Amino acid sequence: MRRFLRPGHDPARERLKRDLFQFNKTVEHGFPHQPSALGYSPSLRILAIGTRSGAIKLYGAPGVEFMGLHRENNAAVQIHFLPGQCRLVTLLDDNSLHLWSLKVKGGVSELQEDESFTLRGPPGAAPSATQITVVLPHSSCQLLYLGTESGSVFVVQLPAFRALEDRTISSEAVLQRLPEEVRHRRAFEMVEALQEHPRDPNQILIGYSRGLVVIWDLQGSCVLCHFLSSQQLENVCWQRDGHLIVSCHSDGGYCQWPVSSDTLQPEPPRSCVPYGPFPCKAITKIFWLTTKQGLPFTIFQGGMPRASYGDRHCISVVHNGQQTAFDFTSRVIDFTVLTEANPEAAFDDPYALVVLAEEELVVIDLQTAGWPPVQPPYLASLHCSAITCSHHVSNIPLKLWERIIAAGSRQNTHFSTMVGLAPAPPQPRARLAHELLRHLLQEWPINGGTSLAPAPPQRDLLLTGHEDGTVRFWDASGVCLRLLYKLSTVRVFLTDTDPNDSLNAQGEDEWPPLRKVGSFDPYSDDPRLGIQKIFLCKYSGYLAVAGTAGQVLVLELNDEEAEHAVEQVEADLLQDQEGYRWKGHERLCARPGPVHFEPGFQPFVLVQCQPPAVVTSLALHSEWRLVAFGTSHGFGLFDHQQRRQVFVKCTLHPNDQLALEGPLSRVKSLKKSLRQSFRRIRRSRVSSRKRRPAGPPGEVQEGRSRAERTGLQNVELAPVQRKIEARSAEDSFTGFVRTLYFADTYLRDSFRHCPSLWAGTNGGTVYAFALRVPPAERRMDEPVRAEQAKEIQLMHRAPVVGILVLDGHSVPLPEPLEVAHDLSKSPDMQGSHQLLVVSEEQFKVFALPGVSARLKLKLTALEGSRVRRVGAAHFGSCRAERYREHHLAVLTNLGDIQVVSLPLLKPQVRYSCIRREDVSGIASCVFTKHGQGFYLISPSEFERFSLSTKWLVEPRCLVDSAETKNHSRLCDRPGPEKASGRARNSGSQSDGEERRSGPVMEHALLNDERVLKEIQSTLEGDRGSCGDWRSQRAAVGYGLSNGGGCS
Amino acid sequence: MNRSHRHGAGSGCLGTMEFGAEFRRFSLERSKPGKFEEFYGLLQHVHKIPNVDVLVGYADIHGDLLPINNDDNYHKAVSTANPLLRIFIQKKEEADYSAFGTDTLIKKKNVLTNVLRPDNHRKKPHIVISMPQDFRPVSSIIDVDILPETHRRVRLYKYGTEKPLGFYIRDGSSVRVTPHGLEKVPGIFISRLVPGGLAQSTGLLAVNDEVLEVNGIEVSGKSLDQVTDMMIANSRNLIITVRPANQRNNVIRNSRTSGSSGQSTDNSLPGYPQQIEPSFEPEDEDSDEDDIIIEDNGVPQQIPKAVHNTESLESLTQIELSFESGQNGFIPSSEVSLAPLASGTNTEFETRAPDQKLLEEDGTIITL
Repeated sequence: MRRFLRPGHDPARERLKRDLFQFNKTVEHGFPHQPSALGYSPSLRILAIGTRSGAIKLYGAPGVEFMGLHRENNAAVQIHFLPGQCRLVTLLDDNSLHLWSLKVKGGVSELQEDESFTLRGPPGAAPSATQITVVLPHSSCQLLYLGTESGSVFVVQLPAFRALEDRTISSEAVLQRLPEEVRHRRAFEMVEALQEHPRDPNQILIGYSRGLVVIWDLQGSCVLCHFLSSQQLENVCWQRDGHLIVSCHSDGGYCQWPVSSDTLQPEPPRSCVPYGPFPCKAITKIFWLTTKQGLPFTIFQGGMPRASYGDRHCISVVHNGQQTAFDFTSRVIDFTVLTEANPEAAFDDPYALVVLAEEELVVIDLQTAGWPPVQPPYLASLHCSAITCSHHVSNIPLKLWERIIAAGSRQNTHFSTMVGLAPAPPQPRARLAHELLRHLLQEWPINGGTSLAPAPPQRDLLLTGHEDGTVRFWDASGVCLRLLYKLSTVRVFLTDTDPNDSLNAQGEDEWPPLRKVGSFDPYSDDPRLGIQKIFLCKYSGYLAVAGTAGQVLVLELNDEEAEHAVEQVEADLLQDQEGYRWKGHERLCARPGPVHFEPGFQPFVLVQCQPPAVVTSLALHSEWRLVAFGTSHGFGLFDHQQRRQVFVKCTLHPNDQLALEGPLSRVKSLKKSLRQSFRRIRRSRVSSRKRRPAGPPGEVQEGRSRAERTGLQNVELAPVQRKIEARSAEDSFTGFVRTLYFADTYLRDSFRHCPSLWAGTNGGTVYAFALRVPPAERRMDEPVRAEQAKEIQLMHRAPVVGILVLDGHSVPLPEPLEVAHDLSKSPDMQGSHQLLVVSEEQFKVFALPGVSARLKLKLTALEGSRVRRVGAAHFGSCRAERYREHHLAVLTNLGDIQVVSLPLLKPQVRYSCIRREDVSGIASCVFTKHGQGFYLISPSEFERFSLSTKWLVEPRCLVDSAETKNHSRLCDRPGPEKASGRARNSGSQSDGEERRSGPVMEHALLNDERVLKEIQSTLEGDRGSCGDWRSQRAAVGYGLSNGGGCS
Repeated sequence: MNRSHRHGAGSGCLGTMEFGAEFRRFSLERSKPGKFEEFYGLLQHVHKIPNVDVLVGYADIHGDLLPINNDDNYHKAVSTANPLLRIFIQKKEEADYSAFGTDTLIKKKNVLTNVLRPDNHRKKPHIVISMPQDFRPVSSIIDVDILPETHRRVRLYKYGTEKPLGFYIRDGSSVRVTPHGLEKVPGIFISRLVPGGLAQSTGLLAVNDEVLEVNGIEVSGKSLDQVTDMMIANSRNLIITVRPANQRNNVIRNSRTSGSSGQSTDNSLPGYPQQIEPSFEPEDEDSDEDDIIIEDNGVPQQIPKAVHNTESLESLTQIELSFESGQNGFIPSSEVSLAPLASGTNTEFETRAPDQKLLEEDGTIITL
């Protein structure tokens, strides 16, 4: 009768569903794809990045993040904050200007677009007349000066973008006010630079591309000064006191021009070509910054010798006889220097260089000797090497968390600590310990705004496997995805190049003084090193990773460095199959003898599958000390306690030739594989260019796209057709092992449960092996035994993507050791267990031990979508504290995310999440155990989404209005430290008490690690209060989403 | 009045099948031959093959081999005995249906001509007409009473046949009548029928027929790939509702008075899925869904089910089993005698494999 109860007929259930499920894309982790513009507000201490797809992202203190998207799908070319205000102006490549502002709504700031504007010239004027090249927000915040290609400077009034035509500074007007001898040399062309006088808001500097620079008096409409250089002008910098102008030029040189009231044009006193005398590339941007010590900082982009270093992406820093050319692995988009924010201060005193490169953000500490890089707390380049797989582990025990951080901190010694550089934002007490732990070692200079998001309720790890054989451990607990630790498996193998070679190649007396910075390195030495599967046991610290060339490593966390040999075992998955020849890649050669390992995860066993095909599935059972692995040929079980193979099973179909040749057989050379990976990068770029969140698209655009669609249909030559044929057993890759699963359940009879291993193949076959694991005291003496107990052939023969055993209460069996650590109720072993097999097409529940079919949901037969990813998750209700349900989170090939109930397999909710064309996004999706998930929206960015009403990680932050800040700064000279603190306090009165106590606490703790630990442990013990907090949080989240839906 | 009968029988033993023939003689009462079933039982008894299905045939006065499979032709055969009636028995799995028919026995004797003129072998094979009890539905038109006459709901029984479904679908656009006038909407169409395939052989589907539903689920709004996946997922029991491109052969029923059939359907289309919903429950069509489970003792069995449709055909089980044995390298012992070993499911299986090997990746190779 149950089948007649269609979903939607039960109002109580519908209500409950609303309390349980809710879909949100909460935050984007990683580095924005294809950045195209950089902006920084010294007063807000907030950084803005614009992208080619028209997104702008704002970052302040860790956790303070905003994102906005222009309606137009155009690249953001420039971003300018209005001085001292929570507003910014963006220029797109379609020549439109947009005004954005951070408005406080319901206690949190929101980024929204207020106005947009396109500059119009007089009728009949050339389009270049109004093509904007430079934008200067005036310090009055009322006016915007726009330099154009025609040489005119237009003025618009903010915030309404009202063009003030009478104030336009045309090139003719400037020409008339110049002396005779200058007028002869067609000195104009486009405006390259616009600057306001640092002290006098009535003067602006206009630089033209032909080399003329004038200082224009806004009130008197006259030229105060002019400077004429013989070289094309690229950019200018006005010294803080206004007495000096530094201009940089296309020949790779820069000039200093003293500014005096004397209107006579002086000859340039000094022209300097830093990397001469041979022809150099242009210096495109320059900073000339004064210090208290007297000697200025000169920081400039480009200027490298054209012939030998013209292809480098460099920014040079010159100070006090030191000179370093920071060499970036990707193109430099833009850079800025963080200096004293107070305009009244006498010196710039630069403290950090912020460089936006195409693939990463690099921050250099300019106050510490040697100018070390600073590790950003966000904007991590996930794609330093291409991501090949990911694995999420929820709720990491504190002990393991600390050990991983400790291992990681030893890897980051080359980063600057930046202590005392910039004030730490006062923190609410609740998150103090957590934050301190993360920032104990360093301070982040871009720390505007206050994150109001409560501390994450638990510690989550996201592990990413990379093409270069590394596994990166990310802190995925909160809004900032932060690298904790990097594990490299390369050491275990012999590779062509020694990884240390390239770093030490640079000599001391090299000129130019290049220094490689940044971590982006897309070139993999050997594609076989790529990591394909990861499995971490959070209780025992055992980790299994498996790679492209059939290598399976079992690793153990060790806090000390060690030197030992890695034991090698070969697993012959073909076994007695005869006459096959593997045409794929060779296996990797293991390094013989003892290998030195740094503290962290250290491999102790290497199981090498033969043939060395890609490992397609992996499971680790830390309690039984077993690791199971599968490839396209079969699967095997390895006892890593006794270091002994338990069994292997060949799943090959006799006709399956493809599986034997190997997927990489066509990859002939490294060059070719490089080319392929480039192609892949390009492809994914193209696809992400099309990605835009489903906003209301402009009508024009919609009309156009429809026209395009119909046009395409008419043009269509041969229609795409699809063959309809029943699947036969002879399809390729039927033996491909898709999933492996350990369970302690009733496999043979309903009286005794025993350990079991389940394997599902691409051809719809499920194998079940009964295992006999000796008890702990005899674990080393007796062998582990395995015996095939069952084999299920699904009639629809679709690939098996998930296997799960439900206990007597229909709850998924807990993870190994979970019960032993008192973190889970022990499973119900009284009632009858059920087996859930998820294929790409169906969900099926069988009763154990008889394996009789109970229920099924034929997803593909009903809606034509296929299951791509499935994960068991529990969902808490946002109303009832204790209430929770276990369900399956499912991602289909159409990019839809569905929740399917357990054990009745009723579809609950369905949301469209990923575009169906975005194959790499769909393939990269991982689900967490709490109804969240991640998928790649570009090679470098994870989108985080949540299906749960209760577990929501999203930025909630406050950026205080500038007026209060300015005020406090003006009356409070030494500045930023106190000022920002006060401003923040004024931002919210409700818990001002707590905040004021912040700084005191912070100092105490910073100086005493023991106290810090104590606080941390009290927080640990206080998990009950976390629960309270959670419910409160959920309520807020619910309200918020409603608001979001309306706006 | 006793008459002798001569039999040729194919034995169940694989070694002797090709050469061995057993002969039996026994007598029958010509005036009271009895029923066919009794006779059939008698034959099985005489040959000690109580559980083997056999085909029975006899040689008539012209020397033709004719079948005996019901009371009528049995009586006819007995009456024509002169005085000896030659009866031939073949095991059903190995039956050579082409042996039946006119001049068959005479030709068989003419071995010499076959050897001398090898062209004879290439002669067009006889059209196979199987025994009536062997007929198995291949296709049917269903729900005629509830569908508009411009639509046709066709059920294809992939079950048990080795024939490929044999059709292709494509994207296209069709014209619908909407409140806003005529509108072009995307649709799915049959683009090609494979000669000799199930779809073509039914004659119920044709190129350019618009596919409206697959197993009761509307395809409108679904992509070509989605519809493909739905059809393949339902391929063992595929029910497609089409609007035939050729509307001229429609039977105009009295209940509908519309003259211009094409447009009237278009009007009715949005409403009719609700109309047909009760008559069709895709969940009921589960006879095809019995997975095979092999316990550790090696005896395969179909998964028991609480509510089981007994329609399941043995032939399918056997095909499945033979696949299994190929894959796992073992033959379930209890099935040996039944498995059609010599007649070549296995050999055929291997020789046909190369041209059947489809590389359908389905995106599963991506291991990210």
